[in-house]
Amino acid sequence: MSVHNGGMKNAAALITLTLLVGFARPVMAQDFRSGGKLLLTGGVSSIEGSAGGGLSTWAVIAGGETADGIGVAAHGTAVRTGDFQLTTGGIAVGIFDRVELSYARQAFDTRQVGAALGLGKGFTFDQDIVGVKVRLLGDAIYDQDRWMPQISVGLQYKSNDEPGVVRFVGAKRASDVDYYMSATKLFLSTSVLVSGTVRATRANQFGILGYGGDKSDGYKPEFEGSAAWLATKRLVIGVEGRTKPNRLSFAKEGAAYDVFAAYAFNKSLSITAAYVDLGPIAGFRGQRGTYLSLQTGF
Amino acid sequence: MLIPLLVAIALQASPAVPMAEKAVDPYVQSNANAGAVPMKDDATFKAFHGVEGIKRISAAFVDRNMADPRVKEIFKDADTVRLKRVLAEQLCYLLGGPCTYTGRDMLAVHKNQGAQATDFNAIVENLQAAMDAERVPFTAQNRLLAKLAPMERAVVERKDPQALRSLKKRMQAMLAPKE
Repeated sequence: MSVHNGGMKNAAALITLTLLVGFARPVMAQDFRSGGKLLLTGGVSSIEGSAGGGLSTWAVIAGGETADGIGVAAHGTAVRTGDFQLTTGGIAVGIFDRVELSYARQAFDTRQVGAALGLGKGFTFDQDIVGVKVRLLGDAIYDQDRWMPQISVGLQYKSNDEPGVVRFVGAKRASDVDYYMSATKLFLSTSVLVSGTVRATRANQFGILGYGGDKSDGYKPEFEGSAAWLATKRLVIGVEGRTKPNRLSFAKEGAAYDVFAAYAFNKSLSITAAYVDLGPIAGFRGQRGTYLSLQTGF
Repeated sequence: MLIPLLVAIALQASPAVPMAEKAVDPYVQSNANAGAVPMKDDATFKAFHGVEGIKRISAAFVDRNMADPRVKEIFKDADTVRLKRVLAEQLCYLLGGPCTYTGRDMLAVHKNQGAQATDFNAIVENLQAAMDAERVPFTAQNRLLAKLAPMERAVVERKDPQALRSLKKRMQAMLAPKE
């Protein structure tokens, strides 16, 4: 009998709880809804898979979702310079415009240089990058009456599939983690977007030549900056710069720059074209060329 | 004693409500209700083709929202005659035009509408479409949007934590054994 009573009490408590949960804020129950982000305000996919410009990571969250849902952005990117080709494919998931999970696979084709370096013609380094980004403060779009940018922090775990080669050129390890903090702000009154990122990294050439070096090891801050102009609702034109460490004595490494244009056909398809200068790579100077990226998602 | 007196005067000074509009509960009129500081010069106001252009945009914007399946629920009980008028006043005032805003403040107007971020952005898109139709240059459109964007804080009432709960409920419903 007492058990039965307990059951009754539990049932009553459950009903009360259900009523409280169900009716406490009847108007306020939020519906789960996909999509809704304004065109291009989630940025495009960067070469490391996270939402950003082309070379740099921004504080925006990938995907077409708002705080009400989940969005996805998939991309394919090809960068062809004088001596090398970098192709990247990846997918990023944005959760409630708050958390971003990303994966990208990079293939760095050494083409003719591979033969010259004794690796073989078309020798290719592959790198997997898994990223997490969390938006901490501010809103890049809505906070037009404040100076506060949108600030996010994130990390990227990078793993290179050629540990032997990267160690041979002087790198200390073939996988590592980058940590970054990013601030992005859209100034609607002038249609200009500005973004800056500080990245603690040991990556040589984004990690394609491994992590840490014979010249120095340990984390060092590197900088990524972007400025973009919203020419129309669909078209953004901008410039980016990104510093890189210089830790391998066999070949100098320098900063990378690009000039880009991103065009959104609609909310599910956009294209980014850029002229890039990746600086010297593995002793081959002035790696300039084209950057082309297609992005789809919802 | 002074404040209630001022309120009473302000209420009395309110212009007569035009015939087509429904009566609203009394409130204190003030340009501060427009929710943002107006532009100092009238360049953007001119780019919007003055008061007439703004009236056309306001009307087209309200009509688009009423017809938009994403947000029409929010507008279904709206007094569209009044909404078009006060909205035009608000835009005109914020754009540095010679107008006085006589509507209510943004929190009061949007209270209990239950708008989500998705709704706010849908409404922004409808405003952009209305401005496009009036051939307002994109840069001028953005100058207005810069004034309106922070209103997201007053308009959007339903934010992240509830979305998480709603998603959880949906997952539970999906996983629950069918009887």
